[in-house]
Amino acid sequence: MTPLDLYAWAGVAVFLLALHAVVTRAHLIWKVLGINLMGTGVFLILLAAPARRDPLVADPLPQGMVLTGIVVAVAATALALGMALRVMSRTGSPFLTVDPESADPDPDAPEPPS
Amino acid sequence: MTGAELWTTAAVFGPLLAALVALGGRPWTLKAGLALGSGTALAGSLGLWVEVTRQGPVRHLLGGWGAPLGIELWADGFSVAMLTVTAVVGAAVSLYSLSYFGDLSELDAGASPAGRAARYFAPLWLLLWAALNGIYLSADLFNLYVSLEILGLAAAALVTLAVTPKATVAGMRYLIVSLVGSMLFLLGVALLYTEFGTLSLEELAAAAPAGPMAAASLALMTVGMAAKTALFPLHAWLPPAHAGAPAPASALLSAVVVKGSFFILVRLWFAVYGGASDGGLLLMGGLGAAAILWGSVLALRQRSLKRVIAYSTVAQLGYLFIMFPLLAPEGLGAGGASGPASPEWSDDAWTGGILLALSHALAKAAMFMAAGNMTYAVARDALRDISGVAHRLPMSFLAFGLGGLSLAGLPPSAGFVGKWLLLREAISAGGWFWVAIITIGGLLTIAYVLMVLRHALDLKASSGDFRPVPKRMEWAALLLALAAATLGVRATETFQILLQGGVTPWS
Repeated sequence: MTPLDLYAWAGVAVFLLALHAVVTRAHLIWKVLGINLMGTGVFLILLAAPARRDPLVADPLPQGMVLTGIVVAVAATALALGMALRVMSRTGSPFLTVDPESADPDPDAPEPPS
Repeated sequence: MTGAELWTTAAVFGPLLAALVALGGRPWTLKAGLALGSGTALAGSLGLWVEVTRQGPVRHLLGGWGAPLGIELWADGFSVAMLTVTAVVGAAVSLYSLSYFGDLSELDAGASPAGRAARYFAPLWLLLWAALNGIYLSADLFNLYVSLEILGLAAAALVTLAVTPKATVAGMRYLIVSLVGSMLFLLGVALLYTEFGTLSLEELAAAAPAGPMAAASLALMTVGMAAKTALFPLHAWLPPAHAGAPAPASALLSAVVVKGSFFILVRLWFAVYGGASDGGLLLMGGLGAAAILWGSVLALRQRSLKRVIAYSTVAQLGYLFIMFPLLAPEGLGAGGASGPASPEWSDDAWTGGILLALSHALAKAAMFMAAGNMTYAVARDALRDISGVAHRLPMSFLAFGLGGLSLAGLPPSAGFVGKWLLLREAISAGGWFWVAIITIGGLLTIAYVLMVLRHALDLKASSGDFRPVPKRMEWAALLLALAAATLGVRATETFQILLQGGVTPWS
């Protein structure tokens, strides 16, 4: 196993651990951070990718992808944190406690806005 | 600049520019943004329709930079059909939203929930529109990922424009599912790049991905996209999110947003992977069949209007996946695992399946807008509360009925033509299971549409409070419903465009 393989496998491990956290942890901050970490795992894999095929040639493409991916992840995390705050202020809980599956029509239903 | 370059630019960057205009936060910037976005998207899709009909699939190297470093936009018949239906639905919903959010002069009350919804609906929707068009015109995996992420963020934000705790929680849940789906997709992209060293869909198709790495990558991307498309059993987030959002947002989410990830699934499975494996196609079809039954039965058990329609979306999306096994040459088993060179994809299943996707977009947008009119009028969402709205809102009632007619697949709707083509393919391939599912699904659809109509017609229980509904909202719903109900008559033109490129445009 070369150091770069280690890099790629570490990426897979980070991805899976983070996915596990997103699925099993109920607190929204855990979920948001977990999603963020999943992205980091993919970035590790991407950086190890070109060198695995030809270690002597630099490949700008994965670096461009990772940079773009980081920008996307920042935006996604910011929105997710903002929405988590909104959930907190509208339901009073950092968990997704209001069961949206409950079949009863809401007396104060979502309509209309004006 | 050639025609194709002009139209692809208009379709992607027009709505993006319009989103910036709409962020101005004044009534006139909202109107200007929606007009600019609708205009450029309609012009772009119709222009591309003409170009692609004339010369087949077209390519646009943005700024003259080709792959791998530049970004290419690329359109074939499938792209053009999706772009066009998005533009038609989008223009109608844009019009609808201008009245739905009430007096736009209240925008300055940015702190009030209604003012905020009115202020941010247009920019979010235009951003989402640009992302959808970006997906339909993408020629590489990473551009798909970025567009997909913009789509998911804007869509989740649209849900939370409704301020109830339920809608907020539903929107958050949607955002989490959507982001995890994107991450699974991105991991699949990374694995494919590691193995094949390219992101271009065309080069990947030429490389005919096979082997464990390619299979793992397809599995990851499929799970991610299936979650975003709400394919059974990953559909649980959809009904609360689509039912909780404001009516114009519900219409967009159910009609066009889920089609974005469906488009990616079809492109990956057929254009890039050449059909992957028979077992995989059967699995997708089986999940589609389960979605039809489960979604329809649950739609029948709902007591709130918008939730009936939302569960109907889960069911109708199932039909799009029944297309997967039916596309395979001569039904499954005859051709074995088919590589990209396999020439005999079923034209019936292809045109039928995609036509169903198009007609569902039109019909479902019409139904959500009609439902929005009914709940707007009575300020409630429960089925028993809409009693008697039929005689107060005859146009919306008609729109809902016509949309339901197309969903159920009665002639001359596009839904009829699409289902009939799928049925014909299933019969000729001897797939009696699919025939049964398509038929039962149609009957269940009629049942839940009639359930809603029965409540709307129930004059005896008619309640007193009634708010007049702006005519523009009624017309927007009715026009889309009429389009869905009569598209079947003009299906030939749609078939011609869908066969430009067809199932495997790069083989």
